[in-house]
Amino acid sequence: MNDVLDVVLRLLVVLVVFLALPLIVGQTEHKVMAHMQGRVGPMYAGGFHGWAQLVADGVKFAQKEDIVPADADRRVFQLAPAVALLPYLLVLIAIPIGPGEGAVGEVVDAGVFFVLAVMGVGVLGSLMAGWASANKFSLLGGLRTAAQLLAYELPMLLAAASVAMAAGTLSLPGILDAFAWWWVPWQIVGALVFFVSGLAELQRPPFDMPVADSEIIFGAYTEYTGLRFALFLLAEYAGIVVLCGLTTVLFLGGWHGPWGGAGLGWVWTLLKTAVLAFLVIWLRVSYPRLREDQLQKLSWTLLVPLALAQIALTGVVKVVIQQ
Amino acid sequence: MSPAAQSHGFLSPSGAEVAFVLVGLVTFGAAIVTVTTRQIVHAALWLVVALGGIAVEYLLLTAEFIAWVQVLIYVGSVVVLLLFGLLLTKAPIGRSPDADSGNRWAALLVAAASAAVLVWVVVDAFRATWIDLDGPAAGSAAVTGASLFRHWVLPFEALSVLLLAALVGAIALSRRQPPAAAAGSRAPDAAQEGGR
Repeated sequence: MNDVLDVVLRLLVVLVVFLALPLIVGQTEHKVMAHMQGRVGPMYAGGFHGWAQLVADGVKFAQKEDIVPADADRRVFQLAPAVALLPYLLVLIAIPIGPGEGAVGEVVDAGVFFVLAVMGVGVLGSLMAGWASANKFSLLGGLRTAAQLLAYELPMLLAAASVAMAAGTLSLPGILDAFAWWWVPWQIVGALVFFVSGLAELQRPPFDMPVADSEIIFGAYTEYTGLRFALFLLAEYAGIVVLCGLTTVLFLGGWHGPWGGAGLGWVWTLLKTAVLAFLVIWLRVSYPRLREDQLQKLSWTLLVPLALAQIALTGVVKVVIQQ
Repeated sequence: MSPAAQSHGFLSPSGAEVAFVLVGLVTFGAAIVTVTTRQIVHAALWLVVALGGIAVEYLLLTAEFIAWVQVLIYVGSVVVLLLFGLLLTKAPIGRSPDADSGNRWAALLVAAASAAVLVWVVVDAFRATWIDLDGPAAGSAAVTGASLFRHWVLPFEALSVLLLAALVGAIALSRRQPPAAAAGSRAPDAAQEGGR
């Protein structure tokens, strides 16, 4: 009985984190973007600096009418937001935030493969939405989403494989146990490749061609309203949390930090994740959107060779230090 | 076969065995719908269910690594490519009247024959072997990697050469011929590419 309670408790904590962190990232985006653009952002909802703005938005979304276009494929259209959102919840279960087995939802033996595989499923949600909406802008958005996948998936996998080689394990807690501070400079190229590919996966600027609001309205999500639209938005922000958490765990040492014992590990994880999330927001404010073919060129002529070079470097260093 | 394995029977299945059979039935049903539905994008989505069901079967057999690779490659990449192709053709919503083929009896025959061969090989290879699910995972990444690179290196390398050949072939096929070469020296060009 105790085991069952333990598992239920862990899953509950993961669920709370899954619901809370994306909202915090979203609110941070409101405020950071506003201040970078010389505005103040939301100020009224909740009183103190508009902290309850996203809660109010959520209430608004919940009250809106749920519309399915007449020509749409009803079931696929309605299923798509769940397919887009759930993978990120599953990935969050496997990300450790502190040392030991107590600080991770569930230890997955082949953790690196688990997170990359499950994250990849989320793309299906965008494709389903793009096709089922019976809208040419949605279709274009779906096409761009799929084309984008060809660019980011390979460099992302290769960069993650480099870390797995360095640690000699595929398990995320195992990678953190093997971590030493000099891994950061050693794997820095892989980290950059992973983070940039991750941005492309999340369809965040400068890689937001699939939703490009000034070209194709809102891509695959054009026809969505109300809660289903909110679920797609939630998937985007949950994706930011997951990507930043993964980059932290794989490349930045997760709960390792210069000060504080193992007890403060979770603070380090959250801090690094928050800094990366800030970076994601910053990039949105400062970079123009790339074209789809420019992303392909960036990926195949820069990211893939860099990732391969990183794997070669990892292999050489690994052999040298083992002797 | 060890004495402990003798005690297994078909009449007192464990929870994992029941789940295995149920997931297998779902997978089989999804596969049938995939090839019989007239809605072409639905076929691709049912294929996701079938391939995901196989991943769950791997998980139930503790082959965790294989399961995640199955999801990564088939659900995450192959089906996405398939859908990409379907979106490019602007696959219609609803039934496609022409989504059928006169070859379907031949296809059924070939499918049944290849299924029979596969089932025969697997049954003949493993007979009544039972995997001990309670012990250490028999399909963890470490075990899979060790057996792949210690006992099965040669097939592994042969497969990688096969994939490389497919890759080179794809590049050769998709390379656009310059207009002059297409008119005059086509034959030697093609022979050269074939030799590479």
